[in-house]
Amino acid sequence: MNVGLTRCMTLSRVISALVLAICAFMPFLAPAVGEPFLIGMFARAMIWSIAALSLNLIMGYGGMISFGHAAYLGVAAYTVGILSFHGVTSAWIQWPTALIVSAIVAFLFGAISLRTRGVYFIMITLALSQMLYFLARSAELYGSDDGLTIARRSATGLSFLNLNDRVTFYYVIFAALLLCLFVLWRIVNSRFGMVIRGIKSNETRMEGIGISTYRYKLAAFVIAGTMCGLAGILEANLEKFVSPDTLNWARSGEMIFMVVLGGMGSLFGPVTGAVVYWLLQDKLADLTEHWQIIFGPFLILVVLFARGGIDGMLKRRPRDA
Amino acid sequence: MNYVLFAEQLLNGIQLGMVLFLLAAGLTLIFGIMDLVNLAHGSLYMLGAYFAATFTQMTDSFVLAVVISVPLMVLSGIALEIVALRTLYRRDHLDQVLATFGLILFFRELVRIFWGAAGRTIPLPPYFNGSVSLPFGIDYPVYRLVIITLGLIVAGGLYLVVQRTRIGMLIRAGASNREMAGALGVNIPLLFTVIFGIGAALAGFAGMIIAPLTTANIGMGDTVLIQAFVVIVIGGIGSIRGAFIAALLTGMIDTLGRSFLDDLLALFLPVNAAEAAGPALSSMLIYVLMAAILFFRPQGLFPPKGAKA
Repeated sequence: MNVGLTRCMTLSRVISALVLAICAFMPFLAPAVGEPFLIGMFARAMIWSIAALSLNLIMGYGGMISFGHAAYLGVAAYTVGILSFHGVTSAWIQWPTALIVSAIVAFLFGAISLRTRGVYFIMITLALSQMLYFLARSAELYGSDDGLTIARRSATGLSFLNLNDRVTFYYVIFAALLLCLFVLWRIVNSRFGMVIRGIKSNETRMEGIGISTYRYKLAAFVIAGTMCGLAGILEANLEKFVSPDTLNWARSGEMIFMVVLGGMGSLFGPVTGAVVYWLLQDKLADLTEHWQIIFGPFLILVVLFARGGIDGMLKRRPRDA
Repeated sequence: MNYVLFAEQLLNGIQLGMVLFLLAAGLTLIFGIMDLVNLAHGSLYMLGAYFAATFTQMTDSFVLAVVISVPLMVLSGIALEIVALRTLYRRDHLDQVLATFGLILFFRELVRIFWGAAGRTIPLPPYFNGSVSLPFGIDYPVYRLVIITLGLIVAGGLYLVVQRTRIGMLIRAGASNREMAGALGVNIPLLFTVIFGIGAALAGFAGMIIAPLTTANIGMGDTVLIQAFVVIVIGGIGSIRGAFIAALLTGMIDTLGRSFLDDLLALFLPVNAAEAAGPALSSMLIYVLMAAILFFRPQGLFPPKGAKA
């Protein structure tokens, strides 16, 4: 039993390492297999991995089901876009500002929504993020429905960090992903992380032992929002475009799906989930123009029968999440 | 401010409120009694509109199309409940949210395959076209008055059914304590199926009656679903009375905000600043209202008796 569990744990680790390795060498692998578009796809998948990782902190570890996580990605992307629109192109100004803006938005939304729980929490996070979506749609100066084109990627002023170079930018994203994984690993295993996980399993008991759970949840919410902001900065730079669609609730739904697909509450799961999600979407879109007619039921089947996600299957434990 | 215009916008607000109520009533029943978060409720609204469009085309009569579509919506709702949703009752909210999100993608694509990506317009019969003169010199479109009237009739009917009939008694029993109602011999699975059928019909009906004004289109369910969420959160989940009052409140604030907020802002701000900020702020108004209400009453304005917060 114990031996079996250990072996399965390693299988999950092997897959994680494999996914990371593929991400690391993609700029060389993709031309080698003759499909250079894979570089762009993996860049996107890694950005969404960061977003999914941040969501996993509050949802997988903290049990807070936020259906509005696209909001923080969107505001950060818009911050980059708007600053660039007004002629501020330096990464050293754009990036910190965007992170601060998404942290502030996460603080405000968290302060309101964390007063509630359960289904109210789901609906309120959804409604608040949708509020920003409508705000973006009515912001005429910044392109309203048509979105805002960003003239050039953030300027770092360093010759070895030219984001307009495809491979350099790819490795910036990869480094950001590693950084987020490291930060989350530290958070989850810290005292703070213990408290967050404790709140998920029994909030009343955590309060009973004298912990102000609201503050811990809010802190986790802000950390997650800020990290998702980083994904937004990268997204804006990758696409050189930001539109209200970035904030749409369907994006939040996709993020939740990536987390669940990879395995809730497993550190690396969301990355696997995001990569598999983009590969799957790509393959289905090749198959038929109406790929969502397959994807929708697939999503339902994953929910019904693969509760622990990919990570759960690799660990071969019964459904216990 | 022009008072005739104000009265017209107030009526428009009530009309939007009625549509929101039809949607929110089903949503709040399904959540309050079955404990199911159904994101696909907006898809049923969309489906209703497309049914109405097709049958109007086939029968040349919008009224007849609605009469045919409502029972069809009940059947679709029941089928959906049996095939996809029944297994979700015992799952947690995250599973329900994700699975019904999957249903949205499915329905959206289904509509695209059957009806195409372009929206469908529904012509109104001549007797619903034109406008009537109301007191105080207000001219108001007949059809919008029809929507308000239909909304009031459904609200009244729903009230009578829930308060005065046996099925209503079972619904209320199910809402306050599902296990106890089951233990007393109520066929809970059947009750759930019936409630879901009613909810689907209400949502579909809302989509049908709004479609002549807005066209039947694929995105129509999304916006209104979120507004309906705002309504039931404000009204208190599980309460039909709360849904009714909150729907009217939300409908009026949204409509009046869109029409008059820039005028109102112009009292304090330079005109061009007010005109720029007006549309942006008015689209956020109902969410600000929701946040404010939640701040003081996290359980909503009228939480049903005996419900857990």
